[in-house]
Amino acid sequence: MSGAPIPVTVIGGYLGAGKTTLVNHLLRHAGRLRIAVLVNDFGELPIDADLIESREGDTLAIAGGCVCCSFGSDLIAALRLLAAREPQPAYLLVEASGVALPRAVAASISLLPDYANDGIVVLADAETVRERAADTYLGDTIERQLAEAGLILLTKPELAEPDERQRTRVWLERYAPVLDCEHGRVPLELLLGAQPATYARLPASGGLHPAYDSVAFDGLGPLDVARLAEALTESSLGVLRAKGVLRDTTGGTLSLQVVGRRAETARVNVAEAGRLVCIGLEGRLDRGGIEARLSGALHAA
Amino acid sequence: MITIYRARRVLTMNPARPEATHVAVRDGRIVGAGSLAELAGWGRHELDERFADKVLMPGLVEAHSHAMEGTFWRYVYVGYFDRMDPDGKIWPGAKTIDAVVDRLREASAKLADPAAPLSAWSLDPIYFGARRVAREDLDRAGRERPIGVLHASGHILNVNTKALELAGLLRPGVDHPGVPLGDDGLPTGELKGPDPMMIASPHVGFDREVLAADELGLRYFGKLCVRKGVTTAADLANLLPQDAVRMMLRVTGEDTYPVRIVPLLRLQLLSGQALIDRALELRKQSTDRLRLGMVKVVADGSIQGFSARLRLPGYYNGAPNGLWYIPPEKLREAYRLALAHGVQIHTHTNGDEATELALDCIEEALRCHPSPDHRFTLQHCQLADAAQFRRMKALGVCVNLFPNHHFYWGDQHYATTVGPERAERMNACATALATGVPFAIHSDAPVTPLGPLFTAWCAVNRRTASGRVLGERERIDVATALRTVTLGAAYTLKLDGEIGSIECGKRADFVVLEDDPERIGAERLNDVRIWGIVQGGRVFPASAA
Repeated sequence: MSGAPIPVTVIGGYLGAGKTTLVNHLLRHAGRLRIAVLVNDFGELPIDADLIESREGDTLAIAGGCVCCSFGSDLIAALRLLAAREPQPAYLLVEASGVALPRAVAASISLLPDYANDGIVVLADAETVRERAADTYLGDTIERQLAEAGLILLTKPELAEPDERQRTRVWLERYAPVLDCEHGRVPLELLLGAQPATYARLPASGGLHPAYDSVAFDGLGPLDVARLAEALTESSLGVLRAKGVLRDTTGGTLSLQVVGRRAETARVNVAEAGRLVCIGLEGRLDRGGIEARLSGALHAA
Repeated sequence: MITIYRARRVLTMNPARPEATHVAVRDGRIVGAGSLAELAGWGRHELDERFADKVLMPGLVEAHSHAMEGTFWRYVYVGYFDRMDPDGKIWPGAKTIDAVVDRLREASAKLADPAAPLSAWSLDPIYFGARRVAREDLDRAGRERPIGVLHASGHILNVNTKALELAGLLRPGVDHPGVPLGDDGLPTGELKGPDPMMIASPHVGFDREVLAADELGLRYFGKLCVRKGVTTAADLANLLPQDAVRMMLRVTGEDTYPVRIVPLLRLQLLSGQALIDRALELRKQSTDRLRLGMVKVVADGSIQGFSARLRLPGYYNGAPNGLWYIPPEKLREAYRLALAHGVQIHTHTNGDEATELALDCIEEALRCHPSPDHRFTLQHCQLADAAQFRRMKALGVCVNLFPNHHFYWGDQHYATTVGPERAERMNACATALATGVPFAIHSDAPVTPLGPLFTAWCAVNRRTASGRVLGERERIDVATALRTVTLGAAYTLKLDGEIGSIECGKRADFVVLEDDPERIGAERLNDVRIWGIVQGGRVFPASAA
């Protein structure tokens, strides 16, 4: 392992939910970021032909330094190979198979110290997800997938009748915050748990999608990280994703990350700490509220 | 030149001529079974008397095993029950954790390199009560070398402290449902499920590539087949990369290789049309002793691992329903394409919900591509109820049931997994028979030991390890069981025109027995002594395997 662990987002959702479209969109807009994608669904490497620079076995080289590999039956071996690549990918997206439970996939990835979990995003097809969730064979699998999501992306929203789409959205919100995702368009920052320092180098979120807003803090002193993490999941704040490296009151340094209503902290060993970035929808991100929670956590210290 | 073998008795499985005293063989094929006078009519022959005091039956057919059983025998056997290795040595069962540790310690002492990994297999701590095996137990057999012990189910790996260190798992904060933690916050050494196992297995000598396709393993497997009377065995399944196929063609093509191997291509790296194309390409490479071109699909997990998909009312102990291993759409697509191209698919379904889904998908696919005699086969299919057997019959589906499960885990199924009622109907051979569903029975070796006569004993007696008869009414009689481990199994592999009975024109595949399985008594079917086999007219005594 060289340096910091590679952040990993697990993308779940049933067949046809739009995982492939999403992955292609991300690879197309990765800019200079070295994103690696692992796909499972039984040997297919469904990447748009114009993105592919070369192919070697199960690995596709994508324009701009990205790679895409299929892991077939052995996720762990694929992860090991990927971590050994030079240069190491900066981010990893793992596309779970249509019937996989994404939390189990994330848990397995966390067994390798080269990787750090960065959230679970589950895709739901606006037209079919409720029907699938009522299916005799699939219903419990679909519901378990949704219940494990940090964020739900509602795909193909344009294909559903507006009323139906709204009902589906309300139904899905019982599991996690829901975002529309037309043709795979969603800002990279929402899917990739970028370190705060690298956010500056990401394409401006506005460039991808004008509907998102972010707020960043730097030079933060020691604070009650657990308390802050919990607070940032309050739905009234509108935080869809937050990432920070913070000094804890106990003296350690912790990473903090929030994906929708799920927050996680982990002890890390990095020199620079005291940063936090929060992302949400334009007009829904409550900057004042976030600042208030932050100062509450600082005072608790 | 014709060889006529004289036997004490020939059980032919040919209902028109169920018994004979002689069988005539020419160029690896049977020219006839009957009396010497009848067979002499074929012309010049040599009378071979070596089986004069033996009983001949059609060579046994194991339609669901894994050649990996041969591979495992290079590792240390620590199973609870006695088991015969490829050289015929019986390894006594390790009845306690201490016995397992002693066995490991002995093996460790024989390894020159103190850092070399030690690998063992077939641990079954279900028989050790509530106590789980922990890394400290294995440390007693060696603290400096990594040690890994695979469970009989194949779904759990126990490792020692050194192996956890090497795998980077001996740290606080590990958060995985398949990695239980001890009071110290560190992993106990039990690794459940494929991903946690894969983290440690390279460090304890379980190399995935070796386990997948391995020349020495295939040779050992052949030796085991000779000892168990098996002349045709399915390897269910394999990813079958071309390198592995070349190796299997070479090994099985040797004059001394004793068994016909039927490897199935697993839907895993390939799916859809690519899978079917590969199956058709493989079929063209088939030889007499390597039959390629069939496909295996896995629909759900295992019952004792609570990963099988059950219908209502679910698991007896309240565990949540299991997992789908393939999206239903993929199953439908595979069936439809396979029927369109005449490829046979075998589907692993353990739970009754998985069976129901498979039947639904087969029914749909058959509506698109009506295919008389497709012989799609449900493998394990342990929990099917009577209505599902009726559907199988209506759809032309075959089933390969798993009676060995009753012996090894029947008590647990009764008490914990599915409860008394469904435990008694599990692997319902009598229902399959009464409904007219063509069926086979299997060992799933190495999950349970290869040995169709033992499997037949299980189907006839349905005894659990504790001695309970589990589902008296689902027992079958000896004659049916013997037909099932020969012609029945051959039918599911679409080989019943060539093997499975001793009759004119078929391949000269026999199991040579010291005892008469029809006369030894149902309770003692498993005690029938096996002298060896004749395969394609070639004689292989077990003593020389």
